[in-house]
Amino acid sequence: MSEDPIEVFLQPIQLDYDYTAGVSASRFLRAIEQGKLLGQRCPVDGRVYFPSRGSCPQHAVPFADDGAVELPDRGTIVTYSIVRVPSENIPLELPYITVQVLLDGADTVLMHVLDGDLDTVRMGLRVEAVWKPKEEWTTSLANILYFRPLDEPDADYDSYKEHI
Amino acid sequence: MRDVAVVGFAQSDSMRRETDRNEVEILIPVMQELRKKTGLTNDQVDFVCSGSSDYLAGQSFAFIAGLDAVGAWPPICESHLEMDGAWALYEAWVKIQMGYADLALVYGFGKPSMGDLPLTMALQLDPYTTMPLWPDAISIAAIQARLCQEGGTLSAEEMAERAVRDRGNAKSNPYAQVKGDFSVDGILADPYIANPLRKHDCSPISDGASVMIIASAEKAREFQDRPAFIRGFEHICEPMDFGVRDLTSSKSTEIAAEKAGVRADKIDVAELSAPFTHQEILVERALGLDESTNINPSGGALAGNPIMAVGLTRIGEAAARIWDGSADRAVAHATSGPCLQQNLVCLMEGN
Repeated sequence: MSEDPIEVFLQPIQLDYDYTAGVSASRFLRAIEQGKLLGQRCPVDGRVYFPSRGSCPQHAVPFADDGAVELPDRGTIVTYSIVRVPSENIPLELPYITVQVLLDGADTVLMHVLDGDLDTVRMGLRVEAVWKPKEEWTTSLANILYFRPLDEPDADYDSYKEHI
Repeated sequence: MRDVAVVGFAQSDSMRRETDRNEVEILIPVMQELRKKTGLTNDQVDFVCSGSSDYLAGQSFAFIAGLDAVGAWPPICESHLEMDGAWALYEAWVKIQMGYADLALVYGFGKPSMGDLPLTMALQLDPYTTMPLWPDAISIAAIQARLCQEGGTLSAEEMAERAVRDRGNAKSNPYAQVKGDFSVDGILADPYIANPLRKHDCSPISDGASVMIIASAEKAREFQDRPAFIRGFEHICEPMDFGVRDLTSSKSTEIAAEKAGVRADKIDVAELSAPFTHQEILVERALGLDESTNINPSGGALAGNPIMAVGLTRIGEAAARIWDGSADRAVAHATSGPCLQQNLVCLMEGN
């Protein structure tokens, strides 16, 4: 038996969960399985939250069941970052661009990746979603592979300045 | 010391398994109910404090989503504890004592049904020597119960009496999970689940949430004609190593009760959140309670144990009996850690 003092030991920890997404997130996930992007309208000020959550985080009121809003799969880049460091859970070739997309009609932004030119990516760039083949759709935002630029003039700064 | 009182409270049902809603969606209607009952608006709130556990949620920083139920714009002053809401209340109380706030909103919430609670609880043990053995929470409590029984501290009959009393009391509590008429003989005929603990010696696993308002005396009467003034509020923690503790008594409860002044006068109502029958007996003794006190009129933790909210709920249940005039002096207890490691005592009076 070794006389060396024990300085390090490994203690693997695993806990298993039967995770519940929740009523509101489930509604969102069921919709995206059908290729629909579902937001939720605040009954107080009418802002549209995407993805939908259980309640309005500003007014602390539950979203009404009839407050679901279907959004288009196109929008505006409100901010972006060029990633040059690998990350375990993002299997993309470096460098790539992460973007925050404000879908048309939404008031909160969606974080995703852009298949675009590193030199010309910019705030205000108009983009659209590129989806996986329909037969691969699941209850996941990963149904959208990435966003790509639209051949449209940039959005006016005033149209998204509240959402940066 | 400033006079500070519990003035508002709401709770969810204690539920064995909430299948559809996530833990924030359990919290939202409780918060709504509190606002409706009390007329509370966010501009009245100086401080928000919550208790929940990411280990129960299975997600890091899960507690932040709880703020969706509060409304955090314009910006609020807010804090979170990885502890029962009773400790969040303590932090809010200190904040008011220090003059940084006059009114605070406090909540606790948890959804343990998503994971394996007895195993999750192993993560609160000593990470080098005890936790790697993954002892489940019920087996750990059973070791304590065994020490108590073999040393003559208490008997299986006395433990069963607590289950009969609490589940009987819980019949009048619409939020309770395990309630009904049981008998000592019936319970003692049940098989062991971790010798000497039977199923009835254990609190249920409960999903749930509770929400509370405390306020300085000046604001308290806006909410209650008879506020539940906090006259003593203490929490004491014992060492982590089981070997250095006396597991057959609850020394930390005793010291907390002494410092809070519990024994100075008669206690009309006590609400205890001991999750096992033998622990309830130890807590009763540490608080110095006898037959003159109405113990666990709500059923206590043995009738519903929404972990991370259960302690706060005991304080809310005790306060409600001061508001309605059925008690003048009430004590509530909350616990944390294995085998009653850390205990909190809150003494409230109507005058």
